[in-house]
Amino acid sequence: MSSLSRTDVEHLARLARLAVTDEELDLFAGQLDVVLTAVARVGEAPVADVPPTSHVVPLTNVFRPDEVTPSLPRDAVLAGAPAAEDDRFRVPRILQEEA
Amino acid sequence: MSTSPDLTALDVNALTALLSAGEVSAVEVTRAHLDRIAADDATLGAYLHVDGNAALAAAAAVDEARAGGAALGPLAGVPVALKDVVVTEGVPTTSGSKILEGWRPPYDATVAERLKSAGTVLLGKTNMDEFAMGSSTENSAYRVTRNPWDPDRIPGGSSGGSSAAVAGHLAPWAIGTDTGGSIRQPAAVTGLVGHKPTYGSVSRYGLIAFSSSLDQAGPMARTVLDAAVLHEAIGGYDRRDSTSIDVPLPRLADAARAGATGDLAGLRIGVVTELGGEGHSDGYEPGVLARFGEALEVLAGLGAEIVPVSCPTFDLALAAYYLIAPSEASSNLARFDGVRFGLRVGDDGSHDLDEVMALTREQGFGPEVKRRIILGTYALSSGYYEAYYGQAQKVRTLISREFAAAFDRTDGAGVDVLVSPTTPTVAFPIGSRVDDPIAMYAADLCTLPASLAGVPAISVPCGLSEGLPVGLQVMAPGLADDRCYRVAAALEAAQDAARGHRLLDELPARTTA
Repeated sequence: MSSLSRTDVEHLARLARLAVTDEELDLFAGQLDVVLTAVARVGEAPVADVPPTSHVVPLTNVFRPDEVTPSLPRDAVLAGAPAAEDDRFRVPRILQEEA
Repeated sequence: MSTSPDLTALDVNALTALLSAGEVSAVEVTRAHLDRIAADDATLGAYLHVDGNAALAAAAAVDEARAGGAALGPLAGVPVALKDVVVTEGVPTTSGSKILEGWRPPYDATVAERLKSAGTVLLGKTNMDEFAMGSSTENSAYRVTRNPWDPDRIPGGSSGGSSAAVAGHLAPWAIGTDTGGSIRQPAAVTGLVGHKPTYGSVSRYGLIAFSSSLDQAGPMARTVLDAAVLHEAIGGYDRRDSTSIDVPLPRLADAARAGATGDLAGLRIGVVTELGGEGHSDGYEPGVLARFGEALEVLAGLGAEIVPVSCPTFDLALAAYYLIAPSEASSNLARFDGVRFGLRVGDDGSHDLDEVMALTREQGFGPEVKRRIILGTYALSSGYYEAYYGQAQKVRTLISREFAAAFDRTDGAGVDVLVSPTTPTVAFPIGSRVDDPIAMYAADLCTLPASLAGVPAISVPCGLSEGLPVGLQVMAPGLADDRCYRVAAALEAAQDAARGHRLLDELPARTTA
């Protein structure tokens, strides 16, 4: 089984949009390597021909009536937003070019 | 003389009798709890949010309705505390995280809505490990919660605010959630009853998601009967939860009452060899095993047949859980992006959206949440998915099969329920495991198999070890939650009778700060 290096943790943090600090990288790399070794025990199980379980409820599709129902009031939803403008969520710049 | 009873020490069954007879008002009951919170919560740290005025107003509305002759449900006027993972309209909800500080949800979770319509009075929101990730409530971004049995010890987690509140007389009962043991383990270490319902039998609508294939809300209470009553109040089909099971709940309170009569004749109870039975691994305290063994003798004395049952894959439950839950969490927690609710950091014109997300999540999440997001991201990543997440899902299948085989009674073999200690140890000292994730994870060793299989499991007190509570876990087939309540009530009644009082009556007197 593989192990987790500091570089791996840095890469994973970036994928997960976590701006981790150097101190955290040092700490997490050690801890996560230990955790990974422990969870790698799943490899011991005899799983040939065993199907995976993603959830335990034997449901496939769940339908609801195709009816119009009220949504949450816009003001109530936007009230929880960190920034709103013109009845919308306001977000920081997405594209790099000047506005 | 009639000294009025301490309203905060009563179980709910006793409270509802007083309320419906008009001997106490809902306002009196609520005020008694608010007074207790004011006196003791600075020490216990059970709550993250209490709105006394709102609680008193809700209680007054119940009293008015009762005075006006309205037909009220049996729970009208009974206070309740909700774990802060349950969203509540207009009431701050953080899931124990700084990333949601100050957020007031625009809607109620189904669990909150059902308790409101039953006339219960919301005392407040209880502390928890951030996003329910933890076994000690030490991962809360806000405060330390203490065990009422010993303030230097953890109250369990992640529903540790709920357990401390109920054991510490700051609420008569409470809602917790359980992903890998977060109702059962805190209940066990504080001397309470806590039940994780069959997956899909209590709505997850409005629970802030941690691991969606595992999360379930359930009751935490002082007695088995109270837990059953609270479970009935919140359970049942909800079309707003796509994994909700559309079958009626079993009759849980009836099962608790039947169990309390003490007749378990004909019932077969399996002791899981791998979980505190003959073949268990290291890490179980002798005192826990001693109480567990004595409880088995009590159950045998009530007519149950006790047999050993081996479930070898249960040994891999911890490994499978700590791949599946972090994987699902890494996906679920992607919603905390600083756009629609909660914290936003770095939006000063010098950072683009990606950077703002990363800065927000860095500042808003605590270390355990970050560790699990990183681990989950790894387990789901290309090249490792099959070896980790995929393999864990197959182990999950094997664990479900072992439960199914154990509960298969077609040939006269098999058992009706499985039992184990709820936790390998009693409550551990605050601070003793925070730097060692693996030691912390081991607190859930016994509770994880039922979580992975989605079957119901209850923790019921079975005595003290070194002055601290020990819990016994009863696991049953899916949808047979009533069996958990029946067996737990039988044990509770027999031990209360032998002892002459409830275990919680042995709680050391508080020295109010």
